Amino acid sequence: MRILAIIPAYNEARNITAVIEDLKSFRGDILVVNDGSTDDTAAIAKSLGAKVVSHPFNLGIGGTVQTGLRYAYEHGYDMAIQFDGDGQHRGDQVFKIIELVEKGEADLVIGSRTLPGGYKMGITRFIGSRIFHCLIRCLAGKAIEDPTSGFRCYGRKTIRLFSRFYTDDYPEVESIITAARNGLRVVEVPVLMRGRLSGHSSITRRKSAYYMLKVTLAMVVDAMRGRDLVGES
Amino acid sequence: MDLTKLAALGLSVGIFCFVVWLVRERRLREKYALLWLCTSVFVILLTVSRRILEVAALSVGIYYPPSLLFLVGVLFLLLVAIGHSVTLSRLSESNHNLAQEVALLRKQVEDLKEERKERQ
Repeated sequence: MRILAIIPAYNEARNITAVIEDLKSFRGDILVVNDGSTDDTAAIAKSLGAKVVSHPFNLGIGGTVQTGLRYAYEHGYDMAIQFDGDGQHRGDQVFKIIELVEKGEADLVIGSRTLPGGYKMGITRFIGSRIFHCLIRCLAGKAIEDPTSGFRCYGRKTIRLFSRFYTDDYPEVESIITAARNGLRVVEVPVLMRGRLSGHSSITRRKSAYYMLKVTLAMVVDAMRGRDLVGES
Repeated sequence: MDLTKLAALGLSVGIFCFVVWLVRERRLREKYALLWLCTSVFVILLTVSRRILEVAALSVGIYYPPSLLFLVGVLFLLLVAIGHSVTLSRLSESNHNLAQEVALLRKQVEDLKEERKERQ
């Protein structure tokens, strides 16, 4: 099976080397999607032998992951993993999220920090995460413990779906709904993560209020869509 | 003709001319110009004859004609603003798709160039 590791990166020059090194034992191709960085992210990644796709300007995390998925789709990869460029995700945990997709038992696997064996997150994130958890359970009938995790593995069907439908900002939660509503099997597995190497979360307190509202609106509106508007089913 | 009326007329004719000028300079598409030209013609009509507004207001049961003007004006601008948001959403969607397409195509071009270099 051909597998692609998608690393979304925006001004990660300081972290990108460690992140790519971390994936040394990864058996697939590595694609760094450079989201209009103003530093040397792209050049460094290229010099380390990764494939690099660069946006002409900043699109946000959703558009960046989607570009990776479109690349995976166009180049016929069977699976793709999302591996963040800030060093939070661990190369030695990748096998855990790949396993079920490879066996054909899941279409979208989410590496979860909150399942037994995961690790603690901040209080704001915890509360937000719980609210999303409840929303997803109501609207898609799935119990996902860590819906905001970006450590994911996508199967072929999911790659195809998301290369068409994926939102720009704060896509993690919404994409779970999109997948579930299209009858894809979403599974969560416990993984270990580390604190970030440098820089800070893109989600500040102020933004998190907008985050909650935007995602809630998107999910409620999605629930009002007929089958024909949801995706391709 | 009193001074207020003259000023109002001058202003509305000015808006009309401004829109025409914008189209002439290719800074405004005809599609949107039509909307604003119609609006300014409407405003000119209202300035020329106060009767129009009075008759319209009374016929719908509004006794203070300017209220009708405000109501219609606000509703109209609201609809135009929503329309613009829709257009904006569509544009950012296509902008987004184009950026991704450009990124993927550029990668493809680089790959092809490298492939050719290796073959030579």
